[in-house]
Amino acid sequence: MKRIAKMVVMVAALLFAGLAIAKAEEPGVREIVDHSNYVSLYQGDDSKGKLQFIITDKQGRTRKRVLNILRKDTGADGGDQKYFTCFIAPSDVRNMTFMVHKHADIGHDDDRWLYMPGLDLVKRIAASDKRTSFVGSDFLYEDISGRSPEEDDHELVETTDRFYVIKNTPKKGGVEFDYYLASIDKKTGIAMKLEYYKKNDVLYRDIVVKEVQNVPAGDNMYPTVTRSVARDYEKGSSTEMIFSGIVYDTGIRDNVFTERYLRKPSRDVLR
Amino acid sequence: MKPCTTLAGMLLFCAMAIISFTAAAQDAPGLEMNGFVEVLGGLRLRDDPYEQDASVMEQRLQIECRGYADVFDVQYRGDVYADWVLEEVKYDTRELWFFTRPTEYMDVKIGRQILTWGTGDLVFLNDLFPKDWQSFFIGRDPEYLKAPSDAVKLGFFSDIVNVDLVYTPQFDPDRYITGEYISHWSPLSGNIAGDKAAVAVHTPDTWFDDHEIAIRVHKNVNNYEYALYGYRGFWKTPDYDALFREKNHHRLHVYGGSVRGSVFSGIGNLELAYYRSPDDSEGSNPSVSNSEIRGLIGYTQDIAKDCNLSVQYFLEAMLDYDEYEETAGKTKKDEYRHVLTIQATKLLLNQTLELSVPVYYSPSDNDGYLRPRITYDYTDDASFVIGGNLFFGDDSSTFFGQLKNNTNVYTAFRLTF
Repeated sequence: MKRIAKMVVMVAALLFAGLAIAKAEEPGVREIVDHSNYVSLYQGDDSKGKLQFIITDKQGRTRKRVLNILRKDTGADGGDQKYFTCFIAPSDVRNMTFMVHKHADIGHDDDRWLYMPGLDLVKRIAASDKRTSFVGSDFLYEDISGRSPEEDDHELVETTDRFYVIKNTPKKGGVEFDYYLASIDKKTGIAMKLEYYKKNDVLYRDIVVKEVQNVPAGDNMYPTVTRSVARDYEKGSSTEMIFSGIVYDTGIRDNVFTERYLRKPSRDVLR
Repeated sequence: MKPCTTLAGMLLFCAMAIISFTAAAQDAPGLEMNGFVEVLGGLRLRDDPYEQDASVMEQRLQIECRGYADVFDVQYRGDVYADWVLEEVKYDTRELWFFTRPTEYMDVKIGRQILTWGTGDLVFLNDLFPKDWQSFFIGRDPEYLKAPSDAVKLGFFSDIVNVDLVYTPQFDPDRYITGEYISHWSPLSGNIAGDKAAVAVHTPDTWFDDHEIAIRVHKNVNNYEYALYGYRGFWKTPDYDALFREKNHHRLHVYGGSVRGSVFSGIGNLELAYYRSPDDSEGSNPSVSNSEIRGLIGYTQDIAKDCNLSVQYFLEAMLDYDEYEETAGKTKKDEYRHVLTIQATKLLLNQTLELSVPVYYSPSDNDGYLRPRITYDYTDDASFVIGGNLFFGDDSSTFFGQLKNNTNVYTAFRLTF
């Protein structure tokens, strides 16, 4: 009897171990998506850096937007965050600041403020549509501050040597795409390619990651997208986004994300 | 402006320009320089016997210079412009200030600065800092609506509440309509008048005596922004005294409050202010403005992609109307002035083309103001503007009605550097 019991336990243990190994090899779809969301937006408690957008329109004319960006997590990973940006270029918007209190809950709109130094005016921005262009580029607000995994149904459609290809279909209407495919790097969790499709599988927009760097922070190493390109095939325009000067876990205080600093940012945001 | 101050200003501007350009050329650390050159021209659409056909005609150079040291910042911004309406070269220091953050809990800004607070969109209740409606009505960039103050601003910050205190040692009036650029209702002639009908204005100007104090106590609770305001100073535009045929700025105290935050899928704001006119607390002196209650309720929301709509309702109520009515002359104001503002803004072409149409309409005065404006950023450094200032009204003594003959269209080209 004792032997049988021992064998049952061993078999059970093996079974569980096997399951666990299988799980480690092939994580669930939601797990992949959540991890990717974490890697793109929630690494470290905070981060800062410089974002450059080079926008090329249909006629080949280019425009440049440069801004410094600060991010701080206020809740758990995947939760609420605060963003602070200060424009460096073009010169007519120099020193304009923009602040977002991002709410991860669906149905809770983000709070946004814009400060115009020429008028000393703090403007509150209605934030209902997150799928509008960010600073006139081909990136959308949602590409910068993230699209909640809760908003889509996720389906693993393909697994290659390097990628999990996930089809994301919005649970609710009101967005311009029918679905999008995310090719998520198995090792880093970074979505290396995002392809947005309209009805009848028409690809109309994509974002391709061109460069990833490992940024050290204390004992951690955070893989970070440093160069990516968004293309809008309908408008015929594209935008290259370059992220530089990246620092994680800087210990930014919470009060930096208030009206006081919006009107007069701290020095390290300006530079 | 006196010739000697203009000259001193010009010299300051030249010095700043030289410093800025040298610093920029050498890429000096801690110094930054920006600016623009602009050509602006506008025409009246109606015959105005009191003004020129050109509503505005000017070339402007602005220089902005910022310096950063370890514990303080300084900033200068100044304009030199050739004004062909007045046939003068003019200089205006927009900003010249020193800023420091001496402790975790305090900010200090001293010098000439632009100041704004309150929740209204181009409607001001508790913001008693100087405005320049004249610039606004002839089509200068909207940033010129705010005239600078020579003041000290102290900010105190804590978890309980934040306090902003602004002390202006010498009263800064509005750059109100004088008839120089814009014809307006003259109580002197009881008719529309231009600059030739200008009357003497007595502006309180004794330093540390004719001063202004403005305070704002504010707090953000769950991203609803609450504020209380107080002001002691003077009415920003002067009252006409029929007896002495002159204009005076009388004393003014203002107390108010506001709240702003998310409502439905947009932003709502509510603001109230009590204007107390202590030089005429009875309300029976016709040459002093009556005490008033002012109220504002507003809502703004995105109605489509890159398209925003904002709606505001603004009320001015005179508090001693019976007394006013007894002593006022022929052209009486209404007890209540209602104003409705609607502003639609649409961005196109990767947000490089902006169309906006603010509309002001007063059902009580039966007058209004339309301010269509199209801005196109041809490149990052070059932009075009076409716009108009359209006034309408039945009565030439009401706020917008008096400006009817100033209806104008304008265009501007700006190069920034």
